[in-house]
Amino acid sequence: MEKFSSLKLFGSWASSYTHRVQLALKLKNIQFEYIEEDLSNKSEALLQSNPIYKKVPVLVHDDRPLVESVIILQYVDEVWNNRPILPTDPYERAVVRFWCHFADDKLGPAVGVVFASSGDVQKAAVDQVHENLALIERELREGYFKGRKFFGGDSIGLLDIVLGCGSYWLAVFEEVMTGVKLVDPEAFPLFHAWLREFEALDEVKETIPAVDKLLEYAKAVRAMLVGHCMGNTGVIETATPATTAASATTTASVPDITVDSS
Amino acid sequence: MVASAAVRLFGMWASPAVRRVEWALKLKGIEYEYIEEDLSNKSSSLLEFNPINKQVPVLVHNCNPIVESLVILEYIDETWKDNPILPVDPLERAKARFWATFVDVKCREESRKAFFMEGEEKEKAIENLQVQLKALDEELEGKKFFSGDHIGYTDLAVGWMTFWLGVAEEAAGFKANYDVKFPNFSRWIKDFLAEPVIKDNLPPREKTVEFFRAFKQLGSCTKVNQK
Repeated sequence: MEKFSSLKLFGSWASSYTHRVQLALKLKNIQFEYIEEDLSNKSEALLQSNPIYKKVPVLVHDDRPLVESVIILQYVDEVWNNRPILPTDPYERAVVRFWCHFADDKLGPAVGVVFASSGDVQKAAVDQVHENLALIERELREGYFKGRKFFGGDSIGLLDIVLGCGSYWLAVFEEVMTGVKLVDPEAFPLFHAWLREFEALDEVKETIPAVDKLLEYAKAVRAMLVGHCMGNTGVIETATPATTAASATTTASVPDITVDSS
Repeated sequence: MVASAAVRLFGMWASPAVRRVEWALKLKGIEYEYIEEDLSNKSSSLLEFNPINKQVPVLVHNCNPIVESLVILEYIDETWKDNPILPVDPLERAKARFWATFVDVKCREESRKAFFMEGEEKEKAIENLQVQLKALDEELEGKKFFSGDHIGYTDLAVGWMTFWLGVAEEAAGFKANYDVKFPNFSRWIKDFLAEPVIKDNLPPREKTVEFFRAFKQLGSCTKVNQK
């Protein structure tokens, strides 16, 4: 008889980090209870289960909390062996882990700055995003993942989940900030094709909120950010995930696509 | 026994991230060729193997480069299965990864600020660092090492704090006071540094302090030894 086990996920509907975990659990067909957190008023339960970072997502498995999305994903893959999301080969695992860090340490923060700034600062951040995408494009074109439909091969794996669950914001931001082009299909054809394939998957469509809802949210946040006083740096001086990597209690209204909510 | 040509490590003598990899290789009895890099004049090999970050350490195994020290540690553990450094249990593995990331991102950030900044910002960073050290101290309650009775992945990940934090303190004139405030952590430092693999594999202290002093004077954030 299987021991009854409880699985709860604390998350936030607009958090790409939460989507990562939801997607992995869906791929593995694992049942769980989802608890929506108001990030401007975090529950006791969340704060107790993640006292150091105070962030979502938190997965609680049989009363034991797991935090940090990439750590959670690896845990889920190790506990539930069906439908693996990490490759088996140690070298490929190392390459995947490297690019997961790249997504979270380089690409994510740069995109966050694009969203939270304007003028010259934004332009520099856009250039940074393009540089980062160029590196990913090169990897797809001639590197380890050459010729693959997804980073995971014929089906999505850890890197697809990590990169994919933030990348949908790229199109949303382009829509909100006219004149800002992040994913040019001509400059990044392979990345663009990969992203479209990722977004077309049923499990992804069932996990990530509808584009119009994301747009509405992003427009409201951008309006709020732009409405704040800007310092000489051209960076909106408010605690956004882009500028305050350490702060876990940033405004709930800014999409946490950067280093902040991991 | 692995042929040394098959395993190469590009490193820099003062770098804690590089030592971390060496500790793991030595714990597992893996022979390797070490290549010292002059980071002000990086070799074409290093740039070829790590074109994105251009940093050390880089482990090259059978001509395949692996970069980022924590990624390298997991690679080593998965490739050479004797003397495992990560636990078997998935929850314990998640905890090990959690602490490693915590120390590499959060503690390192505050240490960096305490090192480079002055005045109020320095004081604030020291305060934040002490809050982090307290968490580490609590984690060590009832345990000899983070990984239990023997050193493992988490100890190797946190290990830079046993030596390089003291070096940074001396070079930049601050004290995190963990010897006074955090008894478990202080005790762990002594036990960790007493381990043969560790004690025989540290840079010379004075030379490292001098290096860090010069580094601080440069005032730059050039990443000598990140990841």
